[in-house]
Amino acid sequence: MSQEAKLRLPKEQAPPAPELAAARNPKKLSAVGVNFYYGNYQALHGITLDVRENQITALIGPSGCGKSTFLRTLNRMHETVRGTRLEGQIMLDGRDILEEDVTAVRLKVGMVFQRSNPFPKSIFENIAYGLRVNGYKGGRRGIEEIVERSLQKAALWDEVKDKLHHSAFGLSGGQQQRLCIARALAVGPEVLLLDEPCSALDPIATAKIEELLFALRPECTIVIVTHNMQQAARVSDYTGFFLLGKLIEFDSTNVIFQNPKKTETEDYVTGRFG
Amino acid sequence: MKAWSRKNIVNYTMFGITGACAIFSVGVLIFILGYLVYKGGSSLSLSFFTQLPAPIGETGGGMANAIVGSAKVLLLASAIGIPIGFVGGIYLSEYSQKSVAFLIRYTTDLLNGVPSIVIGIVVYGLVVHPMGHYSTFAGGVALGIMMIPISVRSTEEFLLAVPMSLREAGLALGAPKWKVIATVVIPAALRGIISGTMLDIARVAGETAPLLFTALGNQFWSSGWNEPTATLPVMIYNYAIGPYEDWHRQAWAAGFVLLTLVLLINVTARLALSKGTYVPRG
Amino acid sequence: MSSVPLAGKGALPSGRARAFYRRLRAGEELAYTIAATAAASILVITALIVIELYSQSALSRSKFGWSFLGTSVWDPVAGTFGALPFIYGTVITSIFALLIAIPLGLGSAIFLSEMAPARISNALTFLIELLAAVPSVVYGLLGIFVLVPFLRETLVPGLIKPALGSLPVFHGPFYGVSVFTAGLVLSIMIVPFIISVSREVLLAVARDQREASLALGASKWQTVWRVVLPNAFTGIVGSIFLALARALGETMAVTMVIGNTPQIKASLLAPGYTIAAVIANEFGEASGDLYRSALIQLGLVLFGVTFVINGMARILILTTRKGAHA
Repeated sequence: MSQEAKLRLPKEQAPPAPELAAARNPKKLSAVGVNFYYGNYQALHGITLDVRENQITALIGPSGCGKSTFLRTLNRMHETVRGTRLEGQIMLDGRDILEEDVTAVRLKVGMVFQRSNPFPKSIFENIAYGLRVNGYKGGRRGIEEIVERSLQKAALWDEVKDKLHHSAFGLSGGQQQRLCIARALAVGPEVLLLDEPCSALDPIATAKIEELLFALRPECTIVIVTHNMQQAARVSDYTGFFLLGKLIEFDSTNVIFQNPKKTETEDYVTGRFG
Repeated sequence: MKAWSRKNIVNYTMFGITGACAIFSVGVLIFILGYLVYKGGSSLSLSFFTQLPAPIGETGGGMANAIVGSAKVLLLASAIGIPIGFVGGIYLSEYSQKSVAFLIRYTTDLLNGVPSIVIGIVVYGLVVHPMGHYSTFAGGVALGIMMIPISVRSTEEFLLAVPMSLREAGLALGAPKWKVIATVVIPAALRGIISGTMLDIARVAGETAPLLFTALGNQFWSSGWNEPTATLPVMIYNYAIGPYEDWHRQAWAAGFVLLTLVLLINVTARLALSKGTYVPRG
Repeated sequence: MSSVPLAGKGALPSGRARAFYRRLRAGEELAYTIAATAAASILVITALIVIELYSQSALSRSKFGWSFLGTSVWDPVAGTFGALPFIYGTVITSIFALLIAIPLGLGSAIFLSEMAPARISNALTFLIELLAAVPSVVYGLLGIFVLVPFLRETLVPGLIKPALGSLPVFHGPFYGVSVFTAGLVLSIMIVPFIISVSREVLLAVARDQREASLALGASKWQTVWRVVLPNAFTGIVGSIFLALARALGETMAVTMVIGNTPQIKASLLAPGYTIAAVIANEFGEASGDLYRSALIQLGLVLFGVTFVINGMARILILTTRKGAHA
């Protein structure tokens, strides 16, 4: 993948026209009028957007604009913080995730965090963790297969296949992050949320992760928060621009970066602020 | 709609079990308090505070001498323990180097871990034996030694919490180090140090074992510092294991008074420390 | 030794300046000396304690050596002194106390740090820490007049004997005062230490570990059991050692309910004796130097054991604190 810093889409083929894309890729995850509060402070104002199935959706915006906060509502991780309140609906395949059992939701919507957070266990046990806590019945052989498959999807298998039972902390930063991706993939999520996954990584590690996101796209819906506009332009099919807790514009990436409809969007993507 | 999966059932069950543990632990405290109020409060009367113990076998009397005795012993203990602890803590925080500091901290922790009965027999050998008799003084020394480690630790902790920038401001103005410590650093840490001291006093106020072979006990008033003296905890012990019902009644009253005192000091000191600050652990 | 560098004073007349310097430096030196003396006195006092214990036990140590620890006869009249019954009693009561206090304390700590909302957790923790402030003799009071009758009349005949009476640990007659009773009282006395330290250690486990687990669909309890507890393990073990050290040295409450009989029995329902309790009961009336020396030798043993265990506790807790900040 080339490292050009241009704002044009460096993809090989031109993206499908928006209408065709909509027809081919139904809505997977939709936010409807989401308001979010930290105590009395309103962090998100009426967010409504649709994440398309098997597409990569990027959320961009300056620091503190609410994109990470919004991402965390998509798998209800906001509930781990006290004093928060959410209004609105979040529909996964047409069902509101706020009404479902939260652990079942998180099985379907996985998350990779900004800083890698492997457990103090072996590489193998890190990946097997999700299977064990969810009562996987496939036995040791089944777990081994899934571990191998997940590591391959995360482009980490070749590097660690001989040290599966070594501590995860022996890996480099980029490897640990790919381990976290493999761990999230092991439970077979339909949606994968990534919160600035490359912000702590060097360009080469970043490129590896971007490559594997492309490879995952056909079987997984991906939402990625990034403060790196070039990354958003390289990687995503759809982009949402957040500013001060509001969703200013949401459209196919082509449109956002080449032909934005709002002046704030244009100012941001052309680097006039942020 | 919640799914009743196995892991959710286990989750709620464990929430219940751990909650029961916590409630039980708190419940014990409430039971202790309640029972002492019930048994001790009902036995309390003015005579408890004003009269001397009745001759053995007779009912009535009070523990006035024990109350005064405890006060005297605690006073001496504070006079010994607090200065050494406070100044020692200053040394650790402001003056010492790494290796010396490590040695002193280690020794302080060691001293803190010495069982109170052992302190009692050591002070017996070092003070009572040479003096030839039990004394209030010896009791004060024993409790004073017990006060030192907590005093050191809490002083040091609160002094270290004062930001370096405050010290630098004072020194940059040309003030000598000791003056900066006395007029800037200590006042900033004072609230915590005082709270720590109060907790320290409360802790030794309830100690019985070290007094058994130092202050011993006394049926009458003890004058000065050279005579053995009655103290509240030792009276409770002696009366509780004694054969007379009346003694048991008085032991409850004394227990109630002692517990109230100790808890009052504790609650005040901890509240004064406000949330999130270091509370020295006995 | 650190001395404050003085700013240049070239403007002052030299005679006055030198006097000024001298006074200032004298203040500095004095302050330092006072501080160092206080610190040194701590070393001196501790050294005195160790020396006193060692020298005053010399008589007994030279007579019995360290087979003292293995002898089970304690006969002041005949002049035979063996520490085994007391070591046994101390160990048994402490272990029994831990068996109760560890699950109770850990369970409470988990509830307070992981499950309960912050305000309830803080309020309950405040109250539980007050338990640690209750004087030993007050626990003893409740032990003698509340626990002993309750056990003797209700719990043992009603529950323990019918259910477990066939086991050797619950064999034999029960008079109320016993190792069992002492263990129960001790367990309540040490629970606050386990709760306090464990709770702190659990709270210190990094947030991102919990998030990683929850994001994989684990329930709160699964996260606690599989991720938080393993992370906090060292510190929790440290808290247990701390509690153990406390239990070993506990005197008053134990001597009031244990029955004060130097014997070694398999049954928990039998009366027993601990090191601390026998010193408390017999030191005052110990006639003869050998008798007193033997008691001091017991004190030396107790001192040594609590020293070691406290040391281990400190290492474990410090390691966790450092690890959590890493």
